[in-house]
Amino acid sequence: MITGHVLPSTLRATVPVHVPARSFRNDLRAVKIVWQRELIRFFRDKPRIVSTLLQPMLYLFILGTGMSSMIAGGHGDLKVFLFPGVMMMAVLFTSFFSAGSLVWDREFGFMREMLVAPVRRGAILLGTCLGGATAGTLQGLLILGIGGFAGVSYSLSLVLTLVGELFVIAFAITALGLLVAVRIRAIQSFMTVVQMLVMPLFFLSGALFPVSGLPGWLMLLTHVNPLAYAVDPLRRAVLAEAGQGLVVSGIHWFGWLVPAPLELALVAIFGITALAIAARLFGRD
Amino acid sequence: MFVASRNDSAAAASSPQGGEAAVSARGLAKRFGKIEAVRGIDLDVAPGEAFGFLGPNGAGKSTTINMLCTLASPSSGTARVAGFDVLKQRDEVRCHIGLVFQDSTLDVYLSAEQNLRFHAELYGIPRALTSSRIQQLMQMVGLWERRQSLVRTFSGGMKRRIEIARGLLHSPRVLFLDEPTVGLDPQTRSSIWAYLHALRQREEITLFMTTHSMEEAEYCDRIAIMDGGRIVALGTPEALKAEVGKDRVQIRTADNTAAMAALNTRFGLDAAIRDGALSFAVREGERFVPRLFGELGTAIRSVSVARPTLDDVFMAYTGTTIRDAEATRAERNRAGPFVRGRQA
Repeated sequence: MITGHVLPSTLRATVPVHVPARSFRNDLRAVKIVWQRELIRFFRDKPRIVSTLLQPMLYLFILGTGMSSMIAGGHGDLKVFLFPGVMMMAVLFTSFFSAGSLVWDREFGFMREMLVAPVRRGAILLGTCLGGATAGTLQGLLILGIGGFAGVSYSLSLVLTLVGELFVIAFAITALGLLVAVRIRAIQSFMTVVQMLVMPLFFLSGALFPVSGLPGWLMLLTHVNPLAYAVDPLRRAVLAEAGQGLVVSGIHWFGWLVPAPLELALVAIFGITALAIAARLFGRD
Repeated sequence: MFVASRNDSAAAASSPQGGEAAVSARGLAKRFGKIEAVRGIDLDVAPGEAFGFLGPNGAGKSTTINMLCTLASPSSGTARVAGFDVLKQRDEVRCHIGLVFQDSTLDVYLSAEQNLRFHAELYGIPRALTSSRIQQLMQMVGLWERRQSLVRTFSGGMKRRIEIARGLLHSPRVLFLDEPTVGLDPQTRSSIWAYLHALRQREEITLFMTTHSMEEAEYCDRIAIMDGGRIVALGTPEALKAEVGKDRVQIRTADNTAAMAALNTRFGLDAAIRDGALSFAVREGERFVPRLFGELGTAIRSVSVARPTLDDVFMAYTGTTIRDAEATRAERNRAGPFVRGRQA
């Protein structure tokens, strides 16, 4: 029996609240708060924002400048050509890292807070994915901010186009990251798997060279890489604005130039599929 | 196997005191492969009761709690929490329970208030009420002034208080606590109990906790002793102690060997020498001591009589002290949400 416990004199009155039964609206609130938390975490980790800028800038200014001198006299500036790929690289790092918060939360306990709540697990995953997509887009825009030094010309329509494209791409990359993260328990294992994925995905995306006119095996690998369909629309937009549209050769399917909206749709479908599979695996825990 | 005699509506099992039980389980069992972590548990907890699960690590406490709070599915048997079936009405159960885990489940990179706000949104607490409810609970646990601080900067006791405030935010009917005050200093421990009991009275919350601390179990209205996946004893701490019955008497004498022999021949008591003192168990120790002085025949230097503790109760039912049980038992349960690797 309970005896000997004097209530603190400062103890204030409380009024009980009533929690409504789970509804679609509640799931939406859950998506929103999980998304907001991702962004709070993104903005709180400023060193990460800065360090994620570093590697893309190395590619852009060191590799870009160095290679330009080698192929002087070609069409246009290599830095402008590399720029979209470098933007995607920043998105790749940021969005994968955001997806890692799933593993992080599992390892450090916060996941249990979410798992025992009366919300769909899919809502938690969707919120995380939208958070990673937003963080990735913002990081991509930071790169866009330094694009002027690499010869990129700006216009309002270009910025708006890129925001839209970056969001779709970042969403798909985060979804892929979540698919990896959903079955992994330790953050180190996640980082190892991500390291293993990032570089092949990046090199085979056409970020550093055009994907047309490649030897057959490389052609195949690049054409099945979803990120190739992410870099290409970015590049078309950037090069068109810089007046170097002719350099673009795009992605061809049996000689047919795949239009940019279709490319983005493919990326979006890839992302939604990855997220749906991740949600299925996540729900089974 | 237990056959439910009631229908599956929200009308729930009747508790011993009558009325709707806050928690009830029938034949609840959980198997991990070949290991039977929980071997069929029956229990009823009344609304507003403080109920404790006492037992060593690996006894099945955590697995049972995980089943009750919908984090694990029972292999067989049924359970209802706050009037809802833990398998068929998961979301309803989740709306009506709060959880305070042994290891922190706070986001340490968010402020205290952000953690609570996250919880409020996740549980769909009406927006108009969120801020005032958060303020009330943070004031209750004495952390309103620190609401803007990152949880990372909090001490263990502060984190636990914030978790309790968060667990209570959505006015749960049942608050599950896993080792709620383990690792906290006595002062913090006592204040946490004060909060819990204030809330229990005020909002009629049922407290359901696991513990392997005897002191903590004393705070409960009723306790169940678990060992090897079964409930081996269930009752109020007083009743359990009374059932064990005997008081422990320790005497220091001029001649322990002679006294020991005398205890055996005249009173039929088996005594043991421990740290230079004679120790034995006897019913109604206080009444026995005067007889002892008259009839022992050896000079007695000092006497102490101790009421049975829950340690004795645990000993009586499991044949081992709780610390020994912990030391020798391998972690039987798969590491569930309540059991983290680092405590093993």
